Amino acid sequence: MSDETASIAVCPACVAFPDDKAKSLGVRRSDELRRIELSLPTIHCAACITGVETALNRLPEVHGARVNLTRKRVTMTVEDIPGIEEHMIGLLTNWGYPARELDSAVLEKENHDKIGRDLLARLAVAGFAAMNVMLLSVSVWSGAEAATRDMMHWVSAFIALPTVAFAGVPFFKNAWSALRVGRLNMDVPISLALVLACGVSLSETMEGGDHAYFDAALSLTFFLLIGRYLDYRTRAVARSAATELAALEVVKTERILPDGSRETVPMDALREGDLVAVPVGGRVPVDGVVVEGQSELDPSMLTGETMPEAVAPGEKAVAGMLNLTGPLVVRAEGLGDETLLAQITRLVEAAETSKNKYTSLAEEAANIYAPLVHLLAAGAFLFWGFYSGDWRLAVNIAAAVLIITCPCALGLAVPAVLTAASGRMFRSGVLLKEGVALERLADVDTVVFDKTGTLTTGTPHLVNGGDVSPDMLSVAAALATGSSHPLSKALRDYAAEQGIAPAGVTDITEEPGMGSRGMLDGQEVRLGRALWCGADAGDVGSTATWLRIGEGEPVVFLFEDTLRPEARDTVADLKKLGLAVELLSGDSEAPVRAMAETLEIENWRAGATPAEKVAHLQELAEAGHKVLMVGDGLNDAAALASAHVSMSPASAVDASRVSADLILVGNDLSEVANSVELARKAKKRIVENFTISAVYNLISIPIALMGYATPLLAALAMSTSSITVSLNAMRLGRKT
Amino acid sequence: MNILVMLIPISVGLGALGLVAFYWSLTHNQYDDLEGDAHRILSDKYDKSPDGDDS
Repeated sequence: MSDETASIAVCPACVAFPDDKAKSLGVRRSDELRRIELSLPTIHCAACITGVETALNRLPEVHGARVNLTRKRVTMTVEDIPGIEEHMIGLLTNWGYPARELDSAVLEKENHDKIGRDLLARLAVAGFAAMNVMLLSVSVWSGAEAATRDMMHWVSAFIALPTVAFAGVPFFKNAWSALRVGRLNMDVPISLALVLACGVSLSETMEGGDHAYFDAALSLTFFLLIGRYLDYRTRAVARSAATELAALEVVKTERILPDGSRETVPMDALREGDLVAVPVGGRVPVDGVVVEGQSELDPSMLTGETMPEAVAPGEKAVAGMLNLTGPLVVRAEGLGDETLLAQITRLVEAAETSKNKYTSLAEEAANIYAPLVHLLAAGAFLFWGFYSGDWRLAVNIAAAVLIITCPCALGLAVPAVLTAASGRMFRSGVLLKEGVALERLADVDTVVFDKTGTLTTGTPHLVNGGDVSPDMLSVAAALATGSSHPLSKALRDYAAEQGIAPAGVTDITEEPGMGSRGMLDGQEVRLGRALWCGADAGDVGSTATWLRIGEGEPVVFLFEDTLRPEARDTVADLKKLGLAVELLSGDSEAPVRAMAETLEIENWRAGATPAEKVAHLQELAEAGHKVLMVGDGLNDAAALASAHVSMSPASAVDASRVSADLILVGNDLSEVANSVELARKAKKRIVENFTISAVYNLISIPIALMGYATPLLAALAMSTSSITVSLNAMRLGRKT
Repeated sequence: MNILVMLIPISVGLGALGLVAFYWSLTHNQYDDLEGDAHRILSDKYDKSPDGDDS
């Protein structure tokens, strides 16, 4: 009890919500209105909603704001003033809700959830009709006779026929599109059963016959639509989460105009010869030549190498590299086919087309099931027609066979399991992009990891802190203060951990692309690149920076990429599941070997180019292995696409996230092993479900073939099999 | 048995009413933010419509 009230009422961040800080943008107003959407990841309670909405609605430029807590977003109708998004983001961030812009063009597509609503409306109509007709049928089953029975049948017909015509449209459409190209799918027997059941029942009703299958036709539609809707929802949730990730990366760059002024433009507006500003901490947007500034570029996303490259005017900068030390101006060159990005895109496309088409379990089942059922029904029709000479009876029996073998359970078998499994994965931070990937994940026998950014966090840490005297460290930490370079941050963190206070260095200035310098006791101290500090760069084997006090001997600081804390356990868990683990990196040999030894991975390979990674995966596939590729960099994108199934952390570059089948939204590597385990369980459930429905059919088909099937029997078989299958699937959702 | 002539239309009509209500809620964005609605009920602010335009 106390816990509950606490979570509702006491939310310090929200109670402290500043009421009257909302400031109008003030200058320009506009009559044009526009809808914008911002992501608010930290919003979480009733007070947040009211606070944000009230404050936003108080602004004169805002004509309506609404928070969506499920999606953690706010949608606003605002006046079309340039820069309004940035202004709103600033305001919200000030109020304690860090906001991010979402690309409205990408979001536009998902907002109109037409298909989902359409399916839900059909589902509701089918459910309503099925319940009513079932009630009417109960009176027939319990012995209504003559005129009463006929009336019940007529009322059922009036409800059932329009309903099947409306609610069955998705099946009819699919069946037609398959038949038109001369193929069979699951929807062909479904549509045939629906049409035949309605037709036979209608003619029986007219003739005053005993058996009408209206209730069976409707519950068939109802159950199958549930399957369809679950299937759709699973995909919609995944797609919306994936678009969210993509929309968060609004790629804009700063173009420098000939008159020296700067404007923010979207990436694709760049033309060859444009000058682009690359701030510290930003990614180089295009391949080009450095015109101004000195800096170091981190190519790890591109090649997997962690060693930064120094660049100066006249040297090449490649799109995707991270700018570490100084602001740069780059002249765009070759935006077309010859960029590295375009080459990788081509590799990805090639890998996708050469990938074998995977036949999902549902397709396999349909391939066996559809022809079999048609043969059985046709056989029963011909046999009874010639045997008894009563063709009306023959049609009745054929319809009964089709209805009783109805793929209700088959239609629910896969979607119910996928919904349960993907729901559970989603809760633990894994996004499943499509259902088939789960089945493929279950087949996996080898896991190939990329190193940088996947097994490591991509942030360096100091490794030789013990060899350096605390005095030196304190000077280095002082020089590192105020620099956003990842190595500086690592130095500061290490000093803080060891309790070393920064020395009193004064006049600290940052030399772009070189390092930091300052004054200590009348001597100049420098922290930065080897040559600048008078050291011999030589072969230190890893990322390094040097400190020099006055004219003294330079001291080297060595850094290594930080291993993800859960990496070691993940590798061990995967091995326990009987999977072979490999390491495939674009980085140089020494760090890869060290990593492989720490994680006890026997098979490793360093210095692999994107094409070599693909080749290696293809070799494995040819040797009969089913490979799960886990990677994050641009250099992994093609490998991800060519693997049997692939995973990518949410921090990965866009190209990799697009290629990967699963995304680790929570950035927790240990979910790799959990996902494989869950996928295996899910596949087992699917097979179980198929077995269950096959057993039901084995019992009921002979009865139907012999002509003993009644509408009551059909209703019982259909409901029990569907319910058993759904219950079996739901066991998966539980945490056991 | 004559009572059926009344009872059947009544029961079907009531069911249809529910169906219409569901359809209305579906087309008026009532299911867009289920989590938010659970929290909004705690707030004093009167919440007229989930469309966000007339608040």
